[in-house]
Amino acid sequence: MNRYLAQRVGFVLLFLIALIVVVPILLVVGTIVIQGAGAINWTFLTRMPRDGMKAGGILPAIVGTLLLTLGTALAAIPVGVGGAIYLAEYARDTWLTRAIRLAIINLAGIPSVVYGLFGLGLFVLFLQFGTSILAGCLTLALMTLPIVISSAEEALRAVPVEFRTVSASLGGTRWQGIRYIVLPQALPGIVTGVILGLLRAAGETAPILFTVAAFFLPRLPQSLFDQTMALPYHLYVISTQVPGMPLEVQYGTALVLLALVLSMNIVATVIRSYFRRRRQW
Amino acid sequence: MVRRNPKIRIQEVSYAYEGKPALRAVTIDVPANAVTVFFGPAGGGKTTLLRLINRLNDLVEGTHMSGHILLDGQDIYAPGVDVPSLRRRVGMVFALPLPLPGTVRENVEYGPKLGGVRDRTRLEEIVVRSLTQAALWDEVKDRLDSPASALSGGQQQRLCIARSLALEPEVLLLDEPTSGLDPISTGKVEETLFELKQHYTIVIVPHSVQQAARVADYAAFFLMGELIEHRPGKEIFTAPRKQRTEDYVTGRFG
Repeated sequence: MNRYLAQRVGFVLLFLIALIVVVPILLVVGTIVIQGAGAINWTFLTRMPRDGMKAGGILPAIVGTLLLTLGTALAAIPVGVGGAIYLAEYARDTWLTRAIRLAIINLAGIPSVVYGLFGLGLFVLFLQFGTSILAGCLTLALMTLPIVISSAEEALRAVPVEFRTVSASLGGTRWQGIRYIVLPQALPGIVTGVILGLLRAAGETAPILFTVAAFFLPRLPQSLFDQTMALPYHLYVISTQVPGMPLEVQYGTALVLLALVLSMNIVATVIRSYFRRRRQW
Repeated sequence: MVRRNPKIRIQEVSYAYEGKPALRAVTIDVPANAVTVFFGPAGGGKTTLLRLINRLNDLVEGTHMSGHILLDGQDIYAPGVDVPSLRRRVGMVFALPLPLPGTVRENVEYGPKLGGVRDRTRLEEIVVRSLTQAALWDEVKDRLDSPASALSGGQQQRLCIARSLALEPEVLLLDEPTSGLDPISTGKVEETLFELKQHYTIVIVPHSVQQAARVADYAAFFLMGELIEHRPGKEIFTAPRKQRTEDYVTGRFG
């Protein structure tokens, strides 16, 4: 085999390997869409569940997941972005900042069920928030923090150091340089990181299992201290805990969750590419 | 050494970065309303000294400085000095044109806005005056609101000069401001300097001996962190007193 032929064979093999990555995604999404599309209708999206969740809609689970995602964002963004600004712009390389970084890396590696148990211990029991949206949001926010901090820090560091020098040379304080130059330039990267973090939070079951999720609660939550249904947990319940559940309802619920998460993903991609085209360095 | 109204007095300044000395006991007076040139081969400490005059080296970690730098008789490294205010009095133009993200107008307005200027008419005046002083007004007056990055390299560098002038500084420091520019743009920047020295104290690190000779009212030759020779006018280029200066200006090394 001559070397050109070897190269061709190599390329074809590598292409096939790359293709393997695409196959599971297509199979998962395809199966869910085909099996679940029939369940999607106005009633399914806007009504309370009936007949032991076998009929009616999944509105409380949709609203619950949206509320949990929003609450997670409100808790995780200020802390995460604030921490990233400190680490990227102010922190000197001391044992303390090294310890903080180590903590962030380790937080990212903790299994989500451990976050759930931690949330149960701290927010539900010790702080007496009860099984509530508040406890669930805070637990999800803790889990999201490492993603938000690392991606925001990376986005801040990607802004050329010269901009900070120029801002300082024009009589700006360090904070003015961050506020008016660095942060706006890093914003698309930060937004992308935040959305990716929230996306994971929206789809997680374990952290909400002990802290907020209700098995069956056919009404919308009234306060932060209410329980709520949520899509991932609802999906788990109707797939494993309720005998005789119509397959279509299960796939329909999965489809709604998938659509929610994928649309957030698309928003993140659009934001990123929009700002990348406008970037001037 | 001539002492015509020294604006800046640099006294016994030594400076080290991560233990490596960059400046050794440099003492030099910089007169007002004139162009002073710091020249010499790379690694001589010219840029370092320049950045010490408006405390930009504060941003760098792992450095050690001794000695004093006086601006109008006041030690700028004394405790309690308001550093952002100092930098508004002592402007800086960098080797590469570094427009901030945003429009031409936003670049010029950036400094004044940070200082609290909000009035539209006042800002408009500043934009016109600064761009005119930097010899850029005629070229950009119709595109003040287009991105600064769309300007040519030479225009961007004059925009950076205008941006510093917007603060009405007393001193303007220029670190090889024409190193990235073509000869025509370089000529324009040098002409701008001649205009500016009526009102400002200018210190420039030139990008060549030829440029040093063209713009200098006072010239100081730096070698390996030491000030070798400091003379008024162009004498240093035609009749240097020190052998090492002569070797450099005649092109024997560098």
